[in-house]
Amino acid sequence: MSDQERVLKFQIFRYNPQNKGDKPRMVTYEVTEAPGMTIFIALNEIRETQDPSIQFDFVCRAGICGSCAMVVNGQPTLACRTLTSTYEDGEIKLLPLPGFELIGDLSVNTGKFMRAMSERVESWIHDNYADEVNFERLEERMDPDVADEIYELERCVECGACVSACATKRMRPDFLSAVGFMRLARFALDPRDKRTDEEFYEIMGDDDGVFGCMTLLGCEDYCPKDLPHQTQIAYLRRKMALI
Amino acid sequence: MKVIYTDSLVIGGGLAGLRVAIASMQRGFDTIVLSLIPAKRSHSAAAQGGMQASLGACIKGDGDDEDVHFGDTVKGSDWGCDQDVARMFVNTSPKAIRQLAAWGVPWSRVRGGDRDVIINGEKVTITEKEEAHGLITSRDFGGTKKWRTCFTSDGTGHTMLYAMDNKAIQMGIPVHERKEAIALIHEDGVCYGAIVRDLITGELIAYVAKATTIATGGYGRLYSVSTNAVISEGIGNAIALETGIATLGNMEAVQFHPTAIVPVGILTTEGCRGDGGLLLDKDGYRFMPDYEPDKKELASRDVVSRRMTEHMRKGKGVPSRYGDHLWLDITLLGRKHIEKNLREVKEICEYFLGIDPVEEYIPVRPTQHYSMGGIRTKATGESPTLKGLFSAGEAACWDMHGFNRLGGNSVAETVVAGMIVGEFVADYCDENSLNVSTSTIEHFMKQEEKKITDLLVRDFGENPFQLKAEMQKIMMDKVGIFRNGEDLEQAVEELKVLNQRAKKIALRNRISSSNPELVEAIRVPKMIKLAQCVAYGAMLRTESRGAHAREDYLERNDKDWLKRTLTTWKDDSSDLPEVTYEDLDIMKMEMPPGSRGYGVDNTIHHPDTPKREQEIEEIKQANPGADRYEMHDLLNPTPIPEKFKGRNERIGRGFK
Ligand SMILES: Cc1cc2nc3c(=O)[nH]c(=O)nc-3n(C[C@H](O)[C@H](O)[C@H](O)COP(=O)(O)OP(=O)(O)OC[C@H]3O[C@@H](n4cnc5c(N)ncnc54)[C@H](O)[C@@H]3O)c2cc1C
Ligand code: SF4
Ligand code: FES
Repeated sequence: MSDQERVLKFQIFRYNPQNKGDKPRMVTYEVTEAPGMTIFIALNEIRETQDPSIQFDFVCRAGICGSCAMVVNGQPTLACRTLTSTYEDGEIKLLPLPGFELIGDLSVNTGKFMRAMSERVESWIHDNYADEVNFERLEERMDPDVADEIYELERCVECGACVSACATKRMRPDFLSAVGFMRLARFALDPRDKRTDEEFYEIMGDDDGVFGCMTLLGCEDYCPKDLPHQTQIAYLRRKMALI
Repeated sequence: MKVIYTDSLVIGGGLAGLRVAIASMQRGFDTIVLSLIPAKRSHSAAAQGGMQASLGACIKGDGDDEDVHFGDTVKGSDWGCDQDVARMFVNTSPKAIRQLAAWGVPWSRVRGGDRDVIINGEKVTITEKEEAHGLITSRDFGGTKKWRTCFTSDGTGHTMLYAMDNKAIQMGIPVHERKEAIALIHEDGVCYGAIVRDLITGELIAYVAKATTIATGGYGRLYSVSTNAVISEGIGNAIALETGIATLGNMEAVQFHPTAIVPVGILTTEGCRGDGGLLLDKDGYRFMPDYEPDKKELASRDVVSRRMTEHMRKGKGVPSRYGDHLWLDITLLGRKHIEKNLREVKEICEYFLGIDPVEEYIPVRPTQHYSMGGIRTKATGESPTLKGLFSAGEAACWDMHGFNRLGGNSVAETVVAGMIVGEFVADYCDENSLNVSTSTIEHFMKQEEKKITDLLVRDFGENPFQLKAEMQKIMMDKVGIFRNGEDLEQAVEELKVLNQRAKKIALRNRISSSNPELVEAIRVPKMIKLAQCVAYGAMLRTESRGAHAREDYLERNDKDWLKRTLTTWKDDSSDLPEVTYEDLDIMKMEMPPGSRGYGVDNTIHHPDTPKREQEIEEIKQANPGADRYEMHDLLNPTPIPEKFKGRNERIGRGFK
């Protein structure tokens, strides 16, 4: 960390659809950089001292909850864990994540999208007996490796970076996208989920599903949790091609 | 006026809120969950370390059961908890974890055979039982006799919350996101829902319900540096306080976690020390064994945080531009272990500190972490004073944590309380009909509308961001880890002034729809009141208990202070809450007050303690054949809902 103070130049997309007559525009703000400064810290400083109307979403501010994805200098990423020192020329351009309903400025409605995705892929354990399990007895055993593998696919934080970076999604509005595939891969791997391959096919066996993917892999490049999109999409495809 | 009716209104979409909603729905009641944010982003997702349940499958958990868990929890609370609730909790936690396993949490599992672990700085080989292979495993956490903390690698809260929310989605439970409850609706001592602001449109909506549950999490953001999410601002607690009827319990009980990174305060989990990490000072010296020869780094959280502070005060801290800190060393755990079981910690170090914890030490300092206090409830989760108002999770003072909560006991509480309180909420919906008058709903709606209009028309006044920063600084400097009368009195006086100033907030951005400054302006006066409850309660409590450590009253004083602080805010024009106390009855305790086993024991005992000890001895002698279940019934029978009463099976032990 350098001790030299420099002035950062933030160019920020501003537009509040709730405000009649408001028009999308880019506004520039200057902030004096502090050591260890993240975009989270800088945006809050702008809100507190320069423009209290600016909208953005942070919750955990630790790269854990997936709230804060936005486009930073052209790349979708989690803003809370992005250090301003990453940008050598001190110029930082912030845009809201494309592909989602805009709430205002840098805030988008990923929540609505993700709930719909969960409903569409039926993101839960399908087992008629799951509610009748006798929880006084020992739990059903699971191979320790299988448990670890499921967790690896469950690390998605629903940030939406993969959706915004997907070229197929831009052409096909109903395309399920990487986040949905990852969720399906997670449940397909889970021995507790009793869905058959045919049932999974019903959900993703068309061009809005896994066969629509053009394998451009923006998802893999930008996923902040480094999830293995490429291998999982290929795996689902092979599985579905057999149906 | 927009009004939405439901049976069970749940404010909060974290683990506790979702579990209560699931229980209501399972019992056939119309249910709505409100949340500031998408449910899966709730702060529960940030819990990395784990959930305590005495499954005893891991070899180091061998011999564990409800009784051992109960003992640890009561001791951990410094005897400040409600032992009935602690009992209900320890008996239900194994069931909660097994239910979550069926709902999809990929808990880390026991692998039969040898494995290397680090204990007390040394590599040790332990042998897991083959017959336990594939059962849920557990790790070591502070303040526990057994390895009891079950986990999914390093993402326990995330996987629990995802499973819980997925279950809620499966059941079709609506979660109304980006909605903020800003006042409760009540009439004649009964609560009937809340006035809610839509954070996008700014519209006010009355959610009218038979039962209202507040599960809004903690109030960590009353402090300027906290491990908590930025939305953990205690608004749920504040709206209960503002009824003037509901009470808050033990608000001064605030926990500091030993290892948050410096300066931003992001947590590195207790799992770091549980798995063998050490605390070092500026000379690279491991100091904890000097203070706590027995439990060392794994003493209870409040104890470790104080020892660290003491050590830094002796000049042993590592100086930095952000003040002194200490080192957390996990390098001895090795790359493989860190990359699998402590990966979030590694990511946090890389992104926020630019270091690799496999090779470098992590700069840490004790930081505000958990709110033991909250909405006071009975064991059923219902407010003893405001009917129809329930609370669960960190927002509640159900009171299983007393003055210090054990690591891993909180996510466990959220789901267990969700299960138990959820049943009582459903019972309440069953037994009561909704008969609130429209004029009452209108009254509360108008009141909130007026507050917002006043804010929008005022030309000059206070800046809400600044008021908040001042409040946070007062709490940080004067109501922190170590407290003393002088600082606390000052804090109370300063907060009084802030409370007045908060009545005159004016906005620069005067629009009623989505407007972060307006959100702040609505919250800050509420937060200042809560801060005052914490500071004033701390000032009045002239003893040290658990996380409440008074430099001018070093001893735990059971004789005068074995009681719970209750605060209400009856008079809106006042700058102070009203404080009363509720005694803890030693004669009913299964485990009468004793020593926690840290440092010198200078407890001032209560005269009932020896009486009760003798009584227990007599009961034991009179019933030599009683097993542990019978003994517990003899000592202190606790009412647990029928569904969760059963005994828990353990490997190699059956239901014994
Ligand atoms: C970094 C960190 C790590 C932790 N690790 C562990 C651990 O390893 N083990 C452990 O046992 N505990 C841990 N804890 C503690 C534990 O995670 C929390 O106590 C617990 O998750 C709280 O859950 P909850 O359901 O009560 O509240 P939360 O998960 O905080 O949820 C609160 C909900 O209320 C909503 N809400 C808040 N206010 C309003 C309002 N006014 N109107 C509408 N909705 C509102 C929010 O949107 C959110 O959905 C950790 C805590 C932190 C900070
Ligand atoms: S898969 Fe990765 S990029 Fe996509 S939503 Fe999940 S965490 Fe974000
Ligand atoms: S705020 Fe949670 S990931 Fe950025």
